[in-house]
Amino acid sequence: MNKFDKLSGIAAPLPLINIDTDMIIPKQFLKTIKRSGLGVNLFDEMRYDDDRNEIPDFVLNKPQYRDAQIIVAGDNFGCGSSREHAPWAIADFGITCVIAPSYADIFYSNCFKNGILPIALPQEQVDVLMKDAEKGANARIEIDLEAQTITSSDGEVFTFEVDAFKKHCLMNGLDDIGLTMEKAASIDSFEASASQARPWV
Amino acid sequence: MSPKTLYDKIWDAHVAHEADDGTTLLYIDRHLVHEVTSPQAFEGLRMTGRKVRAPEKTIAVPDHNVPTTLDRANAETMTEDSRIQVEALDTNAKEFGLHYYPVSDVRQGIVHIVGPEQGWTLPGMTVVCGDSHTATHGAFGALAHGIGTSEVEHVLATQTLIQKKSKNFKVEITGKLTPGVTAKDITMHVIGETGTAGGTGYVIEYCGEAIRDLSMEGRMTVCNMAIEGGARAGLIAPDEKTFEYCMGRPHAPKGAQWEAALAWWKTLYSDDDAHWDLVLTIDAANIAPSVTWGTSPEDVLPITAAVPAAKDFKGGKVDAAKRSLEYMGLTEGMALTDIKIDTVFIGSCTNGRIEDLRAAAAILKGKKIKDGMRAMIVPGSGLVRAQAEKEGLADIFKDAGFEWRLAGCSMCLAMNPDQLAPGERCAATSNRNFEGRQGRGGRTHLMSPAMAAAAAITGKLTDVREMM
Ligand code: SF4
Repeated sequence: MNKFDKLSGIAAPLPLINIDTDMIIPKQFLKTIKRSGLGVNLFDEMRYDDDRNEIPDFVLNKPQYRDAQIIVAGDNFGCGSSREHAPWAIADFGITCVIAPSYADIFYSNCFKNGILPIALPQEQVDVLMKDAEKGANARIEIDLEAQTITSSDGEVFTFEVDAFKKHCLMNGLDDIGLTMEKAASIDSFEASASQARPWV
Repeated sequence: MSPKTLYDKIWDAHVAHEADDGTTLLYIDRHLVHEVTSPQAFEGLRMTGRKVRAPEKTIAVPDHNVPTTLDRANAETMTEDSRIQVEALDTNAKEFGLHYYPVSDVRQGIVHIVGPEQGWTLPGMTVVCGDSHTATHGAFGALAHGIGTSEVEHVLATQTLIQKKSKNFKVEITGKLTPGVTAKDITMHVIGETGTAGGTGYVIEYCGEAIRDLSMEGRMTVCNMAIEGGARAGLIAPDEKTFEYCMGRPHAPKGAQWEAALAWWKTLYSDDDAHWDLVLTIDAANIAPSVTWGTSPEDVLPITAAVPAAKDFKGGKVDAAKRSLEYMGLTEGMALTDIKIDTVFIGSCTNGRIEDLRAAAAILKGKKIKDGMRAMIVPGSGLVRAQAEKEGLADIFKDAGFEWRLAGCSMCLAMNPDQLAPGERCAATSNRNFEGRQGRGGRTHLMSPAMAAAAAITGKLTDVREMM
């Protein structure tokens, strides 16, 4: 998993509440055998018309937001199903941070498993950053995970909360597997003694 | 030493690391892999440059998607999506060096039938698979349960699983079963008693005379449906029957290692004064041939009963029952034996083993299925199929009018072309009767193989005891 430390990036404004996992990645893309490559279908129904042409008005289709690394959105982001395809699509597009007033539970924890930092801020602060995001490519938002701060393009600083353990994992690029691998010595020694005790396994 | 349950003993033998809060890295002895829940896990390994830690303990077999028609070697019988998943498993198994049984191999079959058959599943092991019916392997006194795709990747990479221990639930079936009553009836009856959430948070150990009397095949049927009662896993203590079943299997230990294994396996039982968090005792004599009427596995009744009324239930179940009855197209108060069926499916990891086919054949011998009935038998593995042909069972099925298929999950979950059409009603030996499980709008009644065979002959749900 990629490490998340500091990020200075363009933020795409998506001022909608209840952005659900079907909007993030519609059902027809779930039969895939991959978790990469879903970025082209991120927000598919909002992004393309029936003939698969880009809808020019949709934020991620606008030239100034094509390289966005941050999404600023409304309440209850990521509600719906527990499928990991939603964070997979977001990460594959290149988004590594979402800012919103609140998140659906499972989506929130799925983000951390996929190298995405979901930041929850009070509505007024999200409003400020939403305005900032609307300025386009000239307005970079800065995020410092270590210090737990967000700096707007005008230099306004907000602090945010994040679980200490989740922060540790994200900063060190540790997913569950990475964490378990830190205990490789225990697994090695278990395996050694088990193969003595139960050599037939 | 303080007394322990069988679950405690297996758990303790597999703790690779334990944190202060009890979060445990449990070492996994066998990892079974199929084509539907594994592709993203292997891709994850590739993306992070990780390897499969113990390929020699990892067994792959395609089953969920594969067509079961005789022409399946022709790739065109598979839909594009299915073909891609099966091909991905092929590639992953080869690239990561796993034990692999491709579609063309006679040993191919449903993952939970292949594992025990090949001697991969042995007493005292921890067994996982990206499939909820992994509980089946508990019949050997192995701790076996299903996992999700991120956990599949975790096991591939580390050969461990992050776990917290469940509680101990003893289900004792005392006395002897009456004629016509089988392992499937036991397990369905238990779910009828506990409900689908009754086992949540527990590992169930099934014990008692009626369980001891079951063959290994029957014990697998019982454990298979532990998950339908919400339990993390189901277990049965190994005994002489278990050892006899394992002996000589391709991947079972031999010689001195067999002796060493046997010595340990014989210690795998719950101590007399072990602590149980929950106990349920059922008299085997009270279990009748059972069927489901609704769309949850807990909607179980003896075949002699009538369709219930929604108002007979309490709380949220009233609305659920109403919805079930409507979906199933049933009127309250009608005799279960008046329910007409048009399809029979005998197979799945619940009832696709040789003993199940023998039980069906005993009823079908010299008989014909009802006119217009669609009936299929899908053996659980290529070896089960071969054995049934050797014993002459296949001829009995074909003469009766059944389709005799190749091995796979088939109409258990209808991911391959074997599906019910909307409104079709099926007597099925599988384990789930959820809405749409066997095809959109399809109606499923779960029952034992003998009961399904009886229904094929009469064209309605039937008390098999009248045919014996
Ligand atoms: S037979 Fe049915 S329950 Fe068993 S593994 Fe296949 S799909 Fe799952």
